[in-house]
Amino acid sequence: MTLAAGEARGMRRVMLGATTAWLAVFTLAPFLIVLAISLVEARFGVPPYEPLFAWSKGLWPVFNGTLANYATLGSDPLYLEAFASSLRIAATSALITLIVAYPMAYAIARARAELRFGLLMLIILPFWTSFLIRVYAWMGLLNSNGLINALLIKLGVINEPLTLLNTEFAVHLGIVYSYLPFMVLPIYAVLERMDWTLLEAAEDLGARPFSAFRRVTLPLSLPGIVAGWLLVFIPALGEFIIPDLLGGPGTLMLGHVLWTEFFSNHDWPLASALAVSLLVMVLVPAAFLYRVLRRAEVAS
Amino acid sequence: MDRPTEGAPPVIRIEGVAKSFGAVPAVAGVSLDIARGDFFCLVGASGSGKTTLLRLIAGFERPDTGRIVIDGEDMTSRPPYARPVNMMFQSYALFPHLTVADNVGFGLEEERRPRTEIRERVAAALDLFDMGGLAARKPHQLSGGQRQRVALARALVKNPKILLLDEPLAALDKKLREKAQLELVALRERVGITFVMVTHDQEEAMSMATHIALMRDGALCQVGTPRQLYDAPQSRFAADFFGVANLFEGRRSGNAVECAEAAATLVVDGGAGEGEVAVMVRPEQMMVSRERPARANVLPAALTNIVFLGNASICHFTLPGGKAVQARLSPTDLAALGALSAGDQVYLSFDPAAARVLAS
Amino acid sequence: MTGRRSIALLSVLGFGYAFLYLPIAILIVYSFNDSRLVTVWSHASLRWYAALLDNDQMLDAAWLSLRVAAVSATLSVALGTAAAFALQRLRPFFADRGYEALVMIPLIVPEVLIGLSLLLLFVVLGNAIGWPSERGALTITLAHASFGTAYATVVIRARLSQLDPSLDEAAAILGATPWRAFRRVTLPLLMPAIAAGWLLAFTLSLDDVVVASFVTGPGASTLPIVVFSSVRLGVSPQINSLGTLIVVFVSCLILAATLITRPGDRGKV
Repeated sequence: MTLAAGEARGMRRVMLGATTAWLAVFTLAPFLIVLAISLVEARFGVPPYEPLFAWSKGLWPVFNGTLANYATLGSDPLYLEAFASSLRIAATSALITLIVAYPMAYAIARARAELRFGLLMLIILPFWTSFLIRVYAWMGLLNSNGLINALLIKLGVINEPLTLLNTEFAVHLGIVYSYLPFMVLPIYAVLERMDWTLLEAAEDLGARPFSAFRRVTLPLSLPGIVAGWLLVFIPALGEFIIPDLLGGPGTLMLGHVLWTEFFSNHDWPLASALAVSLLVMVLVPAAFLYRVLRRAEVAS
Repeated sequence: MDRPTEGAPPVIRIEGVAKSFGAVPAVAGVSLDIARGDFFCLVGASGSGKTTLLRLIAGFERPDTGRIVIDGEDMTSRPPYARPVNMMFQSYALFPHLTVADNVGFGLEEERRPRTEIRERVAAALDLFDMGGLAARKPHQLSGGQRQRVALARALVKNPKILLLDEPLAALDKKLREKAQLELVALRERVGITFVMVTHDQEEAMSMATHIALMRDGALCQVGTPRQLYDAPQSRFAADFFGVANLFEGRRSGNAVECAEAAATLVVDGGAGEGEVAVMVRPEQMMVSRERPARANVLPAALTNIVFLGNASICHFTLPGGKAVQARLSPTDLAALGALSAGDQVYLSFDPAAARVLAS
Repeated sequence: MTGRRSIALLSVLGFGYAFLYLPIAILIVYSFNDSRLVTVWSHASLRWYAALLDNDQMLDAAWLSLRVAAVSATLSVALGTAAAFALQRLRPFFADRGYEALVMIPLIVPEVLIGLSLLLLFVVLGNAIGWPSERGALTITLAHASFGTAYATVVIRARLSQLDPSLDEAAAILGATPWRAFRRVTLPLLMPAIAAGWLLAFTLSLDDVVVASFVTGPGASTLPIVVFSSVRLGVSPQINSLGTLIVVFVSCLILAATLITRPGDRGKV
């Protein structure tokens, strides 16, 4: 028994130790480094930033930290615009996703029980099949000589091709398309658990179907709606591929600006400051999401 | 189906209603009148169609054929929200996101009543059930009995012509259930409207109902008062469903039934008739004596065992041919027989007036 | 349910699935188009698939991607199993909420942030201890394992939470030491989740452009990096056929993963 207890302790140590070491090096440390580099100034050289502490003079290291990068982010209209339009695009496209996803989640939840798993799989499957290729597929459709324009001209709806690609419309479309499963799943999960006799009770008490939906189904699916909205909003906020491929140069989104700052302007400290801001913007709704999901779990 | 009709028109008239789900018939051609002010119970085993019939009255299901008339108006194709009927669900179906007061006020808000009127009527309905203090609670903060009363208040606050109750007491424990039975009967007297209740529990139906409809395989088996169903069942199924029945199979000619399994000719009351029948005798009608009594319908039997119930004892006997028979004896009757033990030979007998003849 | 309502729900699903699948279906159809113009149909051919086979750059990138994905997925499930145990069974004495957040953080943080932070980690480590000496396949593999672990943990932990802890006790009573009980009881029961987690991490690695672009070095281009730089220049028929192959390949993997995990946790992926 004591031998076994010792072995159990050993196993415990190995598993906790491996996990902790890995998390420390590959999750915690990188974020701390980003935070540190966001506090120094850029320079020409390798690496292209000043050290946070310099040992050049005297006994004590000199602290080189500065909030200059954050000041730049807070004053340059380009970055302010990027913050604003990221929030706006992420929020509205999450809303559009909700409008598309809710009826689908509802229809699946009301489908015959043996069909639901398959219908749900059909929602999830595209999500795992190459994000890049799926966004790329829309490039071919939205092109000025793409299929949608060709179809509309053929039907006589328009004479000249519409500019669909490289617009904010295309970015919204791309986000709705790519993140639809994130919205359908939590709403479905709530609706699937719902007691449908509540709707009968509402109808029995005089509520017409729409009123019963508004007063019973909708409030009861609110946790799913909030969770789904956040699950789309959060990744959309830092999205890079969609604005890059579908949005064109006119679309300013933080993920894209960060990429440009890093790869084109080689300003690592400013990119880091953007990363920290983005992290904060993501963590606030994420903490809220965590609470919503936990409460839903407790309630069920 | 031929229960005595009062002069007043029925509050619910069901005419030849049938409903199938896919290929499975749930209700098969039911015609039924329910009188105003009745406490009407639909009883039957699960799958007998009683719940479907209730849901047809509520409007959750549309009949395939037939009509449903409520208070003189044809309701057959009216949706549930437009019927003067409210339902109390088996699960209570309280809205979990609304307070007790909002649950009760839900239907009044659908009627677009003024706010003050809603508040007053909700308060009055809650007071009726002594629930005034819990108005601000959410359903999950209530006990089972409290939830049941909120569900009742919610269904009654709209002053429906008919209250439908789907197994309203099934979720309560035994003690609470007996109390709630009395409360429901008293409640109906107070509000004066018609109650239609579905239950699978025959004792519950007998103790609460003014009239009972027994259902089987989607059809009505027998309709009548609890007394009629107990004392004068018209079928073996009805006889068995309401309490215990001793059945003696035999061939009837006139007042005599030649019964092979009892090795006797049994004498019954009234009417003439021929053919295969069963004679039904309730255990409490069965008399037991040490000496052979001087009357008709005497069966020698051996005691198998006695089950003591407190206020009575169930005695099990075996006839010489092997048939099992039950008698229910009061403590006084049992004491009058002296000490009994298994194997003792006694005489069972019953009055011809206490026997019912059931056609095969 | 009335007929009208079910027709409405059916058409909702019809439009929804059309929206999800039509773009990919059109991509697949046009990958068999002979024309160089992506939007004009000439006639069916395998021309662009043949061209793909001659494209050494693509083939090299695909081979690199597969190796990176396989190694990082294996690393991910190993660490994911440990992390799932750490979270589910061992209940670390130090702040389990914070611990959980740290495990899950790669699931919600934008890819650009993961890419940048891991690149900076590799740069700082390289300067401080000389390792990794250069960036390339190794750094991409580690980076992919970093987010792959998070996903693998979720899948494995979900399964672990359904296992009856008394199984371990039963094994212990039967004389198994903790390590043997783990190997002979828990691990086999976790195997479907571990396989699913592996496929998930593998797929995610195969699909990643952003993180790989940050942490890669000269000479190491994974398939998504090559595709992405080509796609940025516009639509090309060769990418259509490559996309078709990727979609088919990945769909098969995911279908396999679903079928493996299906018993026991329906609807939970």
